[in-house]
Amino acid sequence: MMEIRFFEEKVEELYLMKGLITGPAHLYFGEEAVAVGVASALKEGDLIISNHRGHGHALAKDIPMKEVMAELFGKATGTCKGLGGSMHVAISPERGSLFASAIVGSGIPIAVGVALAFKYEKSDRVIAVFFGDGAVNTGAFHEAVNMAAIWNLPVILVCENNMYAIGMKAEKAVALKNLAERALGYGIPGVIVDGNNPIAVWLATKEVVEKARKGCGPTFLECKTYRLKGHGIYDQARYRLRDEVEAWLKKDPIINFKKNLIGLNVLSESDVKAIEEEIKSELEEAVAFAQNSPILPFEELKNYVYA
Amino acid sequence: MRELTYGEAIREALRNALIKNPKVFLIGEDIGAYGGAFKITNSFLEEFGAERVKDTPISEAAIVGAAIGAALMGLKPIAEIMYMDFIPICLEQLANQAAKIRFMSGGKLKVPIIVRTQYSLGRAHGAQHSQFIPSWFLQVPGLKVALPSTPYDAKGLFNQALKDDNPVLYVECSLLYRVKGPVPEEDYTIPFGKADVKKEGEDVTVVAISRMVHEALAAANILEEKGLSIEVIDPRTIQPLDIEAIIDSVKKTGRVIIAEDDCKTGGVGAEIAALIVEKAFDYLDAPITRVAAPDIPIPFSPKLELEYMPNKDKIIQAVNSLLKG
Repeated sequence: MMEIRFFEEKVEELYLMKGLITGPAHLYFGEEAVAVGVASALKEGDLIISNHRGHGHALAKDIPMKEVMAELFGKATGTCKGLGGSMHVAISPERGSLFASAIVGSGIPIAVGVALAFKYEKSDRVIAVFFGDGAVNTGAFHEAVNMAAIWNLPVILVCENNMYAIGMKAEKAVALKNLAERALGYGIPGVIVDGNNPIAVWLATKEVVEKARKGCGPTFLECKTYRLKGHGIYDQARYRLRDEVEAWLKKDPIINFKKNLIGLNVLSESDVKAIEEEIKSELEEAVAFAQNSPILPFEELKNYVYA
Repeated sequence: MRELTYGEAIREALRNALIKNPKVFLIGEDIGAYGGAFKITNSFLEEFGAERVKDTPISEAAIVGAAIGAALMGLKPIAEIMYMDFIPICLEQLANQAAKIRFMSGGKLKVPIIVRTQYSLGRAHGAQHSQFIPSWFLQVPGLKVALPSTPYDAKGLFNQALKDDNPVLYVECSLLYRVKGPVPEEDYTIPFGKADVKKEGEDVTVVAISRMVHEALAAANILEEKGLSIEVIDPRTIQPLDIEAIIDSVKKTGRVIIAEDDCKTGGVGAEIAALIVEKAFDYLDAPITRVAAPDIPIPFSPKLELEYMPNKDKIIQAVNSLLKG
């Protein structure tokens, strides 16, 4: 989680201060526990599908930081050779992160197809697809969840309810108290979990993943969390109320988890310091790697249009 | 050689694919128990089972999305979208996802799906069940678009689509389902991007797409009695487009008509005309003429629909006015 947080701080710095990163990077501040909790609950062979806010998913799936950073720089050494950018950094099938769709909701039907293939091949693999609260109002979501339900497919629908779809508050966009209630309409379980608590996310995911693996079908997992920054890196998020932001800052998943681990004597202050130092030096290397990497020659682009 | 109908040729290609390749499965609305809206997949459910012939709810976006996901896992899904008019419902999955995934992933992923669909112009299906809109896909790099006009092409192009590692939109014409023609028993392929000269001629080239191939051939036969020699070229795929073959024909005849069931404005004909002007302007002895549908939605009333449709008479008229000028 710290790796994700420091990475995002660096991205913000490179964008705002130095102009080295351009484009609409969607930061993951505050939601780190979801990616880490879900990723830790999956086994080798399982997959995830990410979305436009995928830096955290990529790092949680152990995609090397330098590849993720290089993709943000648009470099040939990035996860997508600089052709995907921030919204597709989490494409690394060899590391279990299959694909990232930047059209809200559209990764869900694709995840259903992946799960269909798992079932077709009679394997016990599972796919988790990440999407935000905004995605539950797209047609793709409804069609896909229904299909996953009728065919009992091994797909975990991970809704990162960060309370905002750009500037639209989730509570104004959906006339339900909890998004997980949507699951009932499709005859599948809806589980609500504290998305700021990595252990809670991990435990909940583990349980529904095992169910899916045994052929019990999909689950809608609503992770309640909060986007501590704007929608994109350029967004000052002035539509949020100060009290709301302050309340959620107190629930910061990293600060609280660190406090808990130290309180339980799992980690010492100096352990935390050492982890921080390690991440920071890796981050500096990643930035240098990204800066020094080449860009794909324009003439080569046509080679990537057709297989 | 034995003769099959266009519909039988497609059915045979699909069935052979299911028999030969366990990675192939079909997914779409009413393709199983109902046998397909046009009966192309009739009895496939009994023969291959529900895992390989997947009946779906009415969910076009999820049908294509699910096909994409399965293809990413190494399967070879063949999705059916019942009418081409329903393609806009899944256009997002087809154009933004299927066509771009390879590019956006820096070449890591590929999406070898086939999306079968058909258009029903000429069957009094009204404005929302008759459209022919292949030109929409000319602006989507990453897709391939095949438009078979004969039973022979239908099987050969389908077999090629099976081998292709890219998303292929395979557009059938329901008015052609009962048209008969020679079809070899073996599984041959027709390469994409290779036009077919359906009839050789000297005076005018007619580039005809899908159903219009038959109208162009009928027109050519009538004109032949008047001593005119018409060349009929069928591009067979518009993405990739065999512009060289069209240019070669234009160089020979100096006159060209492009015939299609699409609306005239922004149709495939517009693109072909632009390419001819770019590449062979000096060989033209007359303006390029397009015989296409008018820019209005398709009327239901059968007589009005007949008037709406491009046909052999309109091609003959176009040939006559070209030769007068």
